[in-house]
Amino acid sequence: MSVTFKALENILEHYPPSSEHLISALQDVQAKFKYLPPEAMTAVCDHLGVPLSRGWAVATFYKTFSLEPQGEHDVAVCLGTACHVRGAHNVYEKFRRELEITGQEGTTRDLKFSLRQVRCLGCCSMAPVAQVDEEIHGNLSQRKAGHLLRTYRTR
Amino acid sequence: MQITSIDDLQKAKGTGLNQLYPDKPKILVGMATCGRAAGAQRVYDLLHKKAQQEHWDGVVEKTGCIGFCYKEPLVDAIFPGKPRITYGEVTPEIAGALWEELAAGRIPEKQIMARLDMDDMVLNGGPRKFFKGKLKGFLAKTPRYEDLDFFKLQRHIAMRNCGFIDPDNLLHYIARGGYFPLYTTLTTMTPEEVINVVTFAGLRGRGGGGFPTGVKWASCRKAQGWPKYVLCNADEGDPGAYMDRSLIEGDPHAILEGMLIGAYAIGSSEGYIYVRAEYPLAVKTLQRAILSAREAGLLGENIFGTGFNFDIKLNLGGGAFVCGESTALMASIEGKPGEPRAKYVHTVDKGLWNRPSNLNNVETWANVPVIIGKGADWYRDIGTEGSKGTKIFSLVGQVKNVGLVEVPMGVSIKDLVMQVGGGVPENREFKAIQIGGPSGGCIPKEHWDLPIDFDSLWDAGAIMGSGGMIVMDNSTCMVDVAKFFLDFLIDESCGKCIPCRLGLKRMREILEEFSAGKGSLADLDEMESLSEAVKDGSLCALGGSAPNPVLTTLRYFREEYEAHILQQKCPAAVCKELITYTINPELCNGCTACVAECPQDAITGDKKKPHSLDTSLCIKCGACFEVCKFGAVAVA
Repeated sequence: MSVTFKALENILEHYPPSSEHLISALQDVQAKFKYLPPEAMTAVCDHLGVPLSRGWAVATFYKTFSLEPQGEHDVAVCLGTACHVRGAHNVYEKFRRELEITGQEGTTRDLKFSLRQVRCLGCCSMAPVAQVDEEIHGNLSQRKAGHLLRTYRTR
Repeated sequence: MQITSIDDLQKAKGTGLNQLYPDKPKILVGMATCGRAAGAQRVYDLLHKKAQQEHWDGVVEKTGCIGFCYKEPLVDAIFPGKPRITYGEVTPEIAGALWEELAAGRIPEKQIMARLDMDDMVLNGGPRKFFKGKLKGFLAKTPRYEDLDFFKLQRHIAMRNCGFIDPDNLLHYIARGGYFPLYTTLTTMTPEEVINVVTFAGLRGRGGGGFPTGVKWASCRKAQGWPKYVLCNADEGDPGAYMDRSLIEGDPHAILEGMLIGAYAIGSSEGYIYVRAEYPLAVKTLQRAILSAREAGLLGENIFGTGFNFDIKLNLGGGAFVCGESTALMASIEGKPGEPRAKYVHTVDKGLWNRPSNLNNVETWANVPVIIGKGADWYRDIGTEGSKGTKIFSLVGQVKNVGLVEVPMGVSIKDLVMQVGGGVPENREFKAIQIGGPSGGCIPKEHWDLPIDFDSLWDAGAIMGSGGMIVMDNSTCMVDVAKFFLDFLIDESCGKCIPCRLGLKRMREILEEFSAGKGSLADLDEMESLSEAVKDGSLCALGGSAPNPVLTTLRYFREEYEAHILQQKCPAAVCKELITYTINPELCNGCTACVAECPQDAITGDKKKPHSLDTSLCIKCGACFEVCKFGAVAVA
């Protein structure tokens, strides 16, 4: 999605120009574009009257925000304690191998998937779990993780 | 519907009760996040569609999580004059068959987990019996909730409405006694009286610290400055803990009512709930609850015509664990990075926007209406000398009955794990329990008679924390667990204090050496002294308690560390550098399942002939171990 003036205006009109809305406004931008485009950051900071440096400070502090464009599907693998003791690390490595992600987290070359770690989705009873977009998948194994990706690939 | 007087409230209660227990059959589907993850949405959609298509004279409704997470999805049948029946593991496939029976007015026996003979209605004057006379047939033999090991020790106070009401229905909440305590508070009590009741009840903060709630309120009331803020911490960041999510998703009004009562006591008219954005359903449930309370006049101006004003704003967290810390949370609401500050000036004096602010967590707020409604004496009777009331734990990890349990303070770890939790699966051995999240510690089997309350856990080196309780068995390596928590904390350290930012990194490096079989016993001493430095040199509780997982594992499992260092062995067979996978040719029947899974093509062998594994290619991912049904893959 390209960053248009109109799209930004739609977000910013909900916020009076005050610094307290910085995080909420950026969250809206993130939800809209799946990352924080630099031009959107400038617009948000201008509108709220906060220095650009503060905008970036907030953006790099909180995990919600991403500075890179994200893939079509968001794969969040839970590495919380309950998942960890039930072997989530091996499952995560399986995802990483399958998606050929070189760093700890990242996006596939075809922009189909973004893989990231999350610490606790609050579904500990079904550990290990992963959330793909809005859907939670529980009791994962390496094999199931492979299946899961295949179903999303063909969607 | 506007609720501005006791008559309105009574009327709402009447309507609500008729909706809760109508004169026709009702089917409930547990639809909290845990239920949805197990497929409850599809079950609900199916039942709802069938009911509509067949013009069924009954109600299909959603409800929150009653705690039986290991049996999700849960479906309940409430027929007039019959006990409430709970069905477990109702997959969408089973739901169709279940529907056929229920729609025909029959109670099928299959998938039954338990029955409930009455609704004890914690707040609403005494139990409501579901039927008269004696039960016959299989119903008589079906265990009651209170007969189940999972429920025997439990007592639901904060979770009183979870699994009973539709969380989006304000009238359901009122039907079970909700908002009556608020009415009593506003019309018959002075703020000081409210504070006294909460103080005398002995309620302590459920978010981790265990600070007496009434004392906090009193200091905030005394503090100079205007406006004052009442805050709710719903930024449940502890990995392995989800009681706040479940409370919000099952009973959001309990939290709003608690905050209203607190606001009256403190003298505040503005509130904030800081909720984790990773919980989308909880966020939506809270939004809807705030809206419906506002529409009814229970939030806003001149509540119950008493001149008391209070409203609540919702703030979404940005996914930073440190924002569970009070000063960081307030910085975040102000739109800043969530860095904690030194607390020589307390937040009750100068908190959010430098105004007096009172922060309590979700579970604490949910307890408040009950304390007012039932009285301090009633509440004081539950729990131990120093810790009153109940506590919700998420009992997870290597335990059979995974779920959310609310037990009176003082229950022993052993009872919780072995009775409520049903013990460790597959006859493996219980090793330790991790409690208190990344700030807590691991408590070993030797101490499992320890009663769980704020003070005894503190003495054992752990903390109550928010209530995550992760059971570990002999397949869990304690060095690896310590590493896991340090990884988490390094990630989440805000970086303000050097001992926390760099000390934890150094500790992690030492642990890395251990798990590779390197390092020396002298490094253990360095770990201990570094731990002390991080504890003493950090401003906030994140750094101050960060070494706890390392210190408790060192204290109780030193021999396991020594095995790594001296014998280059990982007794639990977890640390990758110290383990090898092998195939036992006597057990391998050559099914080739592992050959297909191995990402390295390290396993070779013909069909129906024992395979062999080339350890020089093996990356120890464990995929073969996972798929082998014959136990032929060994790891040591």
